[in-house]
Amino acid sequence: MERIVLPDIKDLHLIDVYLQNEGYSAAKKAFSQAPDAIIDQVKKSGLRGRGGAAFSAGLKWSFMPKTSDKPKYLCINGDESEPGSFKDRQIFESNPHQLIEGILIACYAIGSKSAYLYIRGEYSKWIKLMEKALADAYEKGFVGEAMKEQFNTDFFCNIYIHKGAGAYICGEESSLMNSLEGKRGYPRVKPPFPAQNGLWGCPTTINNVETIANVPPIINKGWEWFSKIGEPKHPGTLLYGISGHVNKPGIYELPSGTLLKDLIYNYAGGVPGNKKILCVIPGGSSMPPLRGDQIEGVKMDAESLKAFGTAIGTGGVMVMDEDTDLVRVLARIAKFYHHESCGQCTPCREGTGWMLKILNRMVKGEGTTHDLDLLISVANNIEGNTICALGEAAAWPVKFMIKRFRDYFEKRVTSEVDMPIPNKVHSLRNTNIPLADQKIS
Amino acid sequence: MEFKFTDENIKRIEKSIAKYPDKKAAVMDTLYIGQEQNGWVSGEVMQEVARTLEMPPEEVLGIVTFYTMYHQKPMGKYHIQVCTNVSCMLRGGYDIYEKVKKKLGIENMQVTGDNLFSLEEVECMGSCGTAPMIAVNEDYFENLDLVKAEQIIESLKNKN
Repeated sequence: MERIVLPDIKDLHLIDVYLQNEGYSAAKKAFSQAPDAIIDQVKKSGLRGRGGAAFSAGLKWSFMPKTSDKPKYLCINGDESEPGSFKDRQIFESNPHQLIEGILIACYAIGSKSAYLYIRGEYSKWIKLMEKALADAYEKGFVGEAMKEQFNTDFFCNIYIHKGAGAYICGEESSLMNSLEGKRGYPRVKPPFPAQNGLWGCPTTINNVETIANVPPIINKGWEWFSKIGEPKHPGTLLYGISGHVNKPGIYELPSGTLLKDLIYNYAGGVPGNKKILCVIPGGSSMPPLRGDQIEGVKMDAESLKAFGTAIGTGGVMVMDEDTDLVRVLARIAKFYHHESCGQCTPCREGTGWMLKILNRMVKGEGTTHDLDLLISVANNIEGNTICALGEAAAWPVKFMIKRFRDYFEKRVTSEVDMPIPNKVHSLRNTNIPLADQKIS
Repeated sequence: MEFKFTDENIKRIEKSIAKYPDKKAAVMDTLYIGQEQNGWVSGEVMQEVARTLEMPPEEVLGIVTFYTMYHQKPMGKYHIQVCTNVSCMLRGGYDIYEKVKKKLGIENMQVTGDNLFSLEEVECMGSCGTAPMIAVNEDYFENLDLVKAEQIIESLKNKN
């Protein structure tokens, strides 16, 4: 299988090697066509966003106003903070110029002269690698005003790198824009959507790093070629990041629709000690988990996973073997979302803390059966009641983990119950003995 | 204590401002530069950042408190960050965290007496495929086990 985003070419991160391998030829090809024709090709290719929502990239571009008296902006989301995701750093490291070329083409298609590449602050090393690649591209005249001469076109654009500072929420597109503007990373209410009112109130498109890195091959080899790779409804390759209890964790670039079992057993070398799988989270920690006995026949693409009651997310597969303490795992996930909630919406700010408290007492063996329903109820009250999708991201793992592993969780709560006093009083109401005669110790 | 950016850093800040149509957008870069020069983001640093970018100091404080990578107190020379999120946890992240904690004799967000080390339990750093991991300041150390983690701390100690 041919790899598109991370081809097996030595030193491809160097601009000279990239140029020897048809580098920047897709940009040249794109600039000789009308911007609308580029959007049309990307639309027809079926390229869908790789950041989690799997929205059609071409369609997103087409939302940008054709004429605008304000500048238009492109943001590239490299905040990559979802636990279980580590694909973008691979692109920064191994194929930065394809990303830069993709940015040029995207800017041309939507008519933007400035692109901001937002990279999470922890990725210092990868920011430096990207800065080096960008400086090389500037020096050779592939970015900035020198483009005009290089590509013999009227179009030019600049690319700027913006360093984040450690906030998961900034991976949410509207929060990312606020962060870029120099504000607290609070998500914005939609509408207005970024295409109308984005960065500094101007039309803005936000794409994931991996999405943009897919653009140059689509332009070079044609949308038809791309649309035939993998699953027709979610074509192309995906960078699956597999982690947890597997022998060979890492990034595997494979066609969409690759069988989850294939990914775990053939590519990632199976589970250490040949243990059974208890649980798999297929798309990063916010996606609904699957039971080990549910993964048979599961294909890794947006539509197939939806049918199995979960989602592709960022393609970060987390595998847990039979000896994993799921209660601890869920408590850890809850801790993450509690920590990362920006605090703007009450259901999320408070609810994530409640879920964490309940799960923490479950870890200590002090949970009750009632807590399981309470968790689902709290989760249900967060979901759909917040400005951004962090609400869902926090609610889904809790809700689906308990629903799909009810037996497992019940075993962890019923046997060790010691009802607190108020509940004892409550439970005595159903007895024949008058309450006053009961001694509550 | 008064804080002023060095001439070289003022140039870096100007370069950052040039990236954006609005000065304020350079606040994250400027805070990084201030933190680098001063060792941590003190009130004086925030005042100076606000003055440089012509924005209210309160707003700068709001940004400092929102992002985890700005430190409002002095940290150790080596800021040890241990990831304990799920992918690392499944491969022994907590064992490493406990080990480092014991070795340094400090809790989360504390600094050792000699100001050499500080410790932070961090959220996912994007090293899931090479878990478990430790970051020392900006450098990642991946595919760790307890022995390797201990060696990292030892070698840092011996450097000083």
